Amino acid sequence: MCEACEDLIDPKETELDAVIARHVREKGALIPVLQKAQEIYGYLPAEVLKHVGRGLRIPLSKIYGVVTFYAQFRLMPMGRNVLRVCLGTACHVRGGAKVLETIEQELGVKDGGTTEDQRFTLEIVACIGACGLAPTMMINDEVHGRLTAENVTEILSKYE
Amino acid sequence: MKTLLDPCCDRCTHTPETPCRDYVRCLTEGPICHDDPACKAEKQRLLKEIKPNEENQQIFVCTGTGCASCGAHNIVDSLNEEINHQGLANTVNVVPTGCHGFCEQGPTLIIEPRQILYTLVKPDDVAEIVQKEFVEGERVERLLYVDPLTNQPATTFANANFFAKQTRVVLNNCGFINPEKIEDYIARDGYKGLTNALQKMTPVEVIDEVKKSGLRGRGGAGFPTGLKWSFCRQAIGDKKYIICNADEGDPGAFMDRGVLEGDPHAVIEGMLIGAYAIGADEGYVYCRAEYPLAIKHLEIAIRQAEEVGLLGDNILNSGFNFHLFIRAGAGAFVCGEETALIASIEGKRGMPKVRPPFPAQSGLWGKPTNNNNVETWANVPHILRNGADRYAQFGTEKSKGTKIFALTGKVNNTGLAEVPMGMTLRDIIFDIGGGIQNGKKFKAVQIGGPSGGCLPDEMLDLQVDYDTLTKAGAMVGSGGLVVMDETTCMVDIARFFLNFSQSESCGKCTPCREGTKRMWEILDKITKGEGREEDLDTLEQLARVVKETSLCGLGQNAPNPVLSALKYFRHEFEAHIRDKNCPAHVCSALLTYRIDPDKCKKCGLCAKSCPAGCITGDKKTPYEIDATACIKCGTCAKVCKFGAVLRE
Amino acid sequence: MEWITLSIDGRTVTVPKGTTVLEACRMNNIPIPTLCHDPELSNYGSCRMCIVEIEGMRNLPPSCVTQATQGMVVRTQTSKVRNARTTILELLVANHPLDCMTCQKMGDCALAEYAYEYRVTGEVFKGQRRELPLDDSNPFILRDPNKCILCGKCVRACEEIQGRSVLDFSFRGFNAQVGPAFNLPYSESECVFCGSCVSVCPVGALTEKKMVGQGRPWEVEKVQTTCPFCGTGCNFDLNVKDGKVIGVTSNPEAPVNGKALCVKGRFGMDLIHNSERLTTPLIKKDGEFVEATWDEAMDLVAQKLGEVKQEHGADAIAVLSSARCTNEENFLMQKLARAVIGTNNIDHCART
Repeated sequence: MCEACEDLIDPKETELDAVIARHVREKGALIPVLQKAQEIYGYLPAEVLKHVGRGLRIPLSKIYGVVTFYAQFRLMPMGRNVLRVCLGTACHVRGGAKVLETIEQELGVKDGGTTEDQRFTLEIVACIGACGLAPTMMINDEVHGRLTAENVTEILSKYE
Repeated sequence: MKTLLDPCCDRCTHTPETPCRDYVRCLTEGPICHDDPACKAEKQRLLKEIKPNEENQQIFVCTGTGCASCGAHNIVDSLNEEINHQGLANTVNVVPTGCHGFCEQGPTLIIEPRQILYTLVKPDDVAEIVQKEFVEGERVERLLYVDPLTNQPATTFANANFFAKQTRVVLNNCGFINPEKIEDYIARDGYKGLTNALQKMTPVEVIDEVKKSGLRGRGGAGFPTGLKWSFCRQAIGDKKYIICNADEGDPGAFMDRGVLEGDPHAVIEGMLIGAYAIGADEGYVYCRAEYPLAIKHLEIAIRQAEEVGLLGDNILNSGFNFHLFIRAGAGAFVCGEETALIASIEGKRGMPKVRPPFPAQSGLWGKPTNNNNVETWANVPHILRNGADRYAQFGTEKSKGTKIFALTGKVNNTGLAEVPMGMTLRDIIFDIGGGIQNGKKFKAVQIGGPSGGCLPDEMLDLQVDYDTLTKAGAMVGSGGLVVMDETTCMVDIARFFLNFSQSESCGKCTPCREGTKRMWEILDKITKGEGREEDLDTLEQLARVVKETSLCGLGQNAPNPVLSALKYFRHEFEAHIRDKNCPAHVCSALLTYRIDPDKCKKCGLCAKSCPAGCITGDKKTPYEIDATACIKCGTCAKVCKFGAVLRE
Repeated sequence: MEWITLSIDGRTVTVPKGTTVLEACRMNNIPIPTLCHDPELSNYGSCRMCIVEIEGMRNLPPSCVTQATQGMVVRTQTSKVRNARTTILELLVANHPLDCMTCQKMGDCALAEYAYEYRVTGEVFKGQRRELPLDDSNPFILRDPNKCILCGKCVRACEEIQGRSVLDFSFRGFNAQVGPAFNLPYSESECVFCGSCVSVCPVGALTEKKMVGQGRPWEVEKVQTTCPFCGTGCNFDLNVKDGKVIGVTSNPEAPVNGKALCVKGRFGMDLIHNSERLTTPLIKKDGEFVEATWDEAMDLVAQKLGEVKQEHGADAIAVLSSARCTNEENFLMQKLARAVIGTNNIDHCART
């Protein structure tokens, strides 16, 4: 392959193709493939969904149905850090709403929004299972507990 | 370095390809196939390395999600460093474990064999702990857990009220093994239940044993597990599946996470036994993607079990095959419903299907399928290891065994508590939970998550078991216990749960899709002071129809929080509607803000921050809020440093 | 066949084993309202209108998916059942535009029919409503997602009858909706406009666009006929108002095709009253097409074919027949080619 051709190859697409190839014979592969695709691209652009549909031979309407059904899937780009504020029962009774309010003010976005500098995407979730430390939030895969309106600002500042 | 898993000598020729029926016994009592005292001694030495004793003291540091978020991994690192530094590495061992359950006091660590519990440990405390415990042989008094009621420090973890009243069967290993090491599990009698089943029992006998134990599904409905297995066993099919439901979506419940993170092999062993009993050779664990640590531990556990031949083909030379896969959920509460969960594994929208056919006849890919949740599976090894009778010694007549509850909310000791079925709510909340935070008054306990109900203080002496709770309008559910005090508004809580249910409704059937939304709207109106007298009847009638006509458990149980709140706390609804008053001072539209002139220091911060500009005053006169212009945002109360702004 | 006996509203009825309660009711003329049920589609069980009371069962089971069993005692019209149905209808109507006066479906709308029977006004639950854009993107199907009651029949018809799966549900809960991927308009989707979705829609969410404003169901005479477009022989109903065909609707009794049709059969009938339509043969004279009689035209064709045959032999002629012709016509065509013209050069456009 010549150098010019190599430039045309999208490494993400190559990776996605490998994922599809690995799962193509597997039953029920759609959701794991979409999860991997989202890992690769950060979200699920329409072109990627079409690509997955062709690869797995699944009608696009069904893929769109699945993507919009599950909270995990994103059709829009996400920020560098995904901030999930828990408003589960335990967090609710221990003042999760106040924490959320502070975060919303701090970042200037609401549920589902991404900050202009792409630093954070804010999501409200119902229970991350760390109720003992309510109120809680999760930034990427890290859980932060015993939040207050004061310490939350400090935690946010640690993420670039 | 040799581990328990390595062959004792070259006379041992077994591998997963040439499996041995006595593999598990060999590791703990062995070797079996040849009698050599040297090999036996070597095995016992390796076993001793795992189990704590005076020559091999162990520090079990909770690195479950809760404690990990409070820096538990730093504590593990500091401990290792300090122990090396002090030259104690040969006698003291640091073991990162799953959840100890005492999340309120995390990070926690337990030192064995002395049973010392240290709470709220910080990396700075590590040097002192190592010095006192392992050099001076003393305690670090300030880190011992102090009972909030008696003010007495707990000398051992078993003395701490939180642990003392628990009966740990399923959680027996959690916090005392390294969940990333299969040998730790085997050293604590792991996979003995499987060995018993495969060596001594027919599949039907296994089902009979589970039936005899009285085990009922721990996921919500409480269906007898043995009976469920027998349906799937009897179903005709060339291929059968079993599923472990680890899509623990109930807000306020995290026992399944605790078990998966802390003792993943218990779930795998339970599934192996179930698969053998049912005749399945393939299984799936459907785990929430929000539980990355649980998935990680499960992945490691499956790999290890495969490596030693406890998963795969011809397990323990019995001819029984079983392969286990993990599917990460993608965020949908309704996937806890088994037909929706199956649809999700099949790669579809997680919409429940009408029954019949039941999954036992036609489930995953149309094949007979049996689904139980994490806690149910984790109970099974105990039944097969120690027998149904010993298992059934705990619990009530119709609800046998123990149940893990996730104790959260306004209670002193939040965390995971495993108790025998039939314990009263009062014992759980006040003895184990240590009562209400800040000396406030208990108002209600929400049990069973969005499908359960709120029970008032007159129900505190209710026995916690499947049938009693259902009769009272709540349910065991997955076992979330959210404690509420006088500052919790029951209308607000009902609205909260309906908001959850309506946003998690799959949208398939009319009553749930449209009905939960309308219920939420009515409740929202009431919390805003716009409720009318007739709304309560409309709400009740709608709740009953949604309950009676919805397709799946989500819709059928979504009205429970409303119905139970209306049953036990109707007066609070009426106060919102008639008096436009929120007795708990929660619903912001019904609050009035007032400044206490005696407390006001006249700093003016409230007036400066007021977005409506309705606070007036100066250095000489106390500040005052113009109630007609107040937008009830609460900013003044938030900024006041003297607590002078009163919410009424 | 094994038979079972059960009691419905106090009547003892006997039905074959394997019958659902709904089927048992319908076999015995006991009315049960349904919105998502269609005998040609898989059971979905979502609308919950067909709920009944059955002794020994908790809650109100949907009759469409409940198997009738020996000795079962079913009640279909108790006040509990009727109240629940009323509430379900109130919920549906509360999220449905009440522009029935101009709705093409009026007079043929299942929701309106049941609302009338159960005295439902839509006044009980007032709150948020779906507000989605109308899909007016194509000449055949008008899609108003706000009128959709999410019964899922169109989704199943598209998948199970047509094998296309252009439609599916998206989002969930109160936000759930039905449409093509990305909720694109039909014209930008992979839709082939067979209209199967329209034929099963119980409300005005999917309607035949060309029929909008052309007539009310009670003004229309339905004339069953065979589609002239091809040899398949599909049947459908011509909708005739004042002697004029205003459109085509499926006839569920159609022996060949049931409710299924293709875009030409369902939406191509506007040619009937097209002013451009040829009504006589045309013969080109001096470079211009001129109207002629059938005799003139036939004579000309016969003469020209004869000339070719004489000059170049019969095999210089080839005949291509049309899939739009019936079997009988195609048979006659090959007879003409082989016996009259004398060539085996006969083929058919649908052969390959």
